[in-house]
Amino acid sequence: MPELKLLSRNFHHPDQRDLQAALNRGAYQQLKRVLAEKTAPEAIIEEVKAAKLRGQGGAGFPAGMKWSFVPKGTDKPKYLCVNGDESEPGTFKDKVILENDPHLLIEGAALCCYAVGIHTAYIYIRGEYHEPQRIVRQAVADAYEAGFLGKNIFDSGFDLDVIVHTGAGAYICGEETALLNSLEGLKGWPRIRPPFPAVKGAFACPTVINNVETLSCVVRILEMGGEAYRKVGTEKDGGTKLFAVSGHVEKPGTYELPMGSSLKELIFDICGGVKGGKKLKAVIPGGSSTPVLKADEVDVTLEFEAMMAAGTMLGSGAAIVLDETVSIPEIFTVTARFYAHESCGQCTQCREGCTWLYKLGLKILGGHGKPADLDLILDLADQMDGKQTVCPLGPACAMPCRAFVQKFRDEFLSLMKS
Amino acid sequence: MKTFSEAARMEASALMERYPTRMAALIPIMFIAQREFGHIDEEAEKVIAELMDISPVSVREVSGFYFMIHKHPPGKYHLQICHNISCTIMAAEKLLTWVKDELGIEDGQRTGDALFSLERVECLGACDLAPVMLVNETLYTNLTLEKFTRIIDALKNGKIPED
Repeated sequence: MPELKLLSRNFHHPDQRDLQAALNRGAYQQLKRVLAEKTAPEAIIEEVKAAKLRGQGGAGFPAGMKWSFVPKGTDKPKYLCVNGDESEPGTFKDKVILENDPHLLIEGAALCCYAVGIHTAYIYIRGEYHEPQRIVRQAVADAYEAGFLGKNIFDSGFDLDVIVHTGAGAYICGEETALLNSLEGLKGWPRIRPPFPAVKGAFACPTVINNVETLSCVVRILEMGGEAYRKVGTEKDGGTKLFAVSGHVEKPGTYELPMGSSLKELIFDICGGVKGGKKLKAVIPGGSSTPVLKADEVDVTLEFEAMMAAGTMLGSGAAIVLDETVSIPEIFTVTARFYAHESCGQCTQCREGCTWLYKLGLKILGGHGKPADLDLILDLADQMDGKQTVCPLGPACAMPCRAFVQKFRDEFLSLMKS
Repeated sequence: MKTFSEAARMEASALMERYPTRMAALIPIMFIAQREFGHIDEEAEKVIAELMDISPVSVREVSGFYFMIHKHPPGKYHLQICHNISCTIMAAEKLLTWVKDELGIEDGQRTGDALFSLERVECLGACDLAPVMLVNETLYTNLTLEKFTRIIDALKNGKIPED
């Protein structure tokens, strides 16, 4: 399937971040329409459900369902947290939205707030994204100035405040409950659930947390209608998705494809194949926490369940392409080092396990490994992946590390023989 | 004793009004303090705690958790080089040796003239442009030895080059 630019249709306009230019291309029309027509909030949630929009940050949880978990009759304030803490290695698709069409995100966030009855939204952007922060702050200021945010938007009586908040360098803050703690000025330790954020989230109030891309999709869903949007994708995964491709391909970058497209086509047709005519060795298909696919396994469909059936995950849609020159034990070690660096230290399996895997990687790379170390890695990975941790960071380290060893065992062993 | 400038104090006060809790302003205020003092040491932690009327240990707990809060003074130009997967396979380790050859510093070190400091960092979200380096708030992409040398030379002359 070729590229299909729904979400990204205006990304190539250099002036799209300017409010007037964005307005000329239809920005804020859906917000204006919904507020003018006084569309029932539930009707918007139903459209998003019908669209089969799933969380684009990696977990794939149905967005409409997430919104409907927020209690209706509460007298507490409700909040939206826009998750722009994009830090999963290989992933840079939210940055492309933040930089190229910030008003699309702001409108999508506003539509979510209207649908759920929220009057304060926080856009949490990772600390290292300096340029996206500047662009989004300016876009928010422009939207306030034009009356698209603030009090009584479009004379509808609907109020919405949007606050841009930045992280300070911690991968774990992309995990939604760690993000809440970080927003509250605490260290980014994930919270034990229940209670879920929809009931008790930011500042102990009901909270929706959605990824930047997920919220941006809402604008297109309302433009097209939920059912028409879904039909672009598959039965269970509606619409399109942004795929970020890096590593050894001729044309790395961000590409928007319908859900259900082929990973093989993405790499060999759209991205021009492996760089310099080399052979493909493997693909890490959905960010660093997703299990690697060998060259003969990449003929898979880009949708959440099909990827799980293939023993991996769609994740954030960030594919890292590795050519024949890459050392898998080195990638194993880099991966384990990353998670060891980013573990919040709260749970034993994750805190100790990630560091242990990293040390085993170093030992093997240094030529001191023994075959029993590979069994130890697999044993550790099983213990870290046992669903007994507060958040999925430990499993996110265990899953790719296990796959590297299972699928490329000989390559690890070859470092031991020499 | 370190003190906030009047402008910084006003900015911090506005932030404390902006959120449902005062504590939520801590990280933004830490960035203000970092702008004022260069890094957050024990004294800066006390100044922040005093300003926010919270305990110094609350500041310590948070400052210690986040990698972008400098615990030691960085150089005027703080080089942050990504060593995650996409940058590693696009020769990030070579880039680190260029820094060592050119400036004589390794991860966590600062040059004697305090002009440059180096930090290995995790994914900067620019994987399609690997290898990449942040210098303070400016991102440099698709780095080659020639491009890297040009950037360092410009910085030595007080110019911040475009990517």
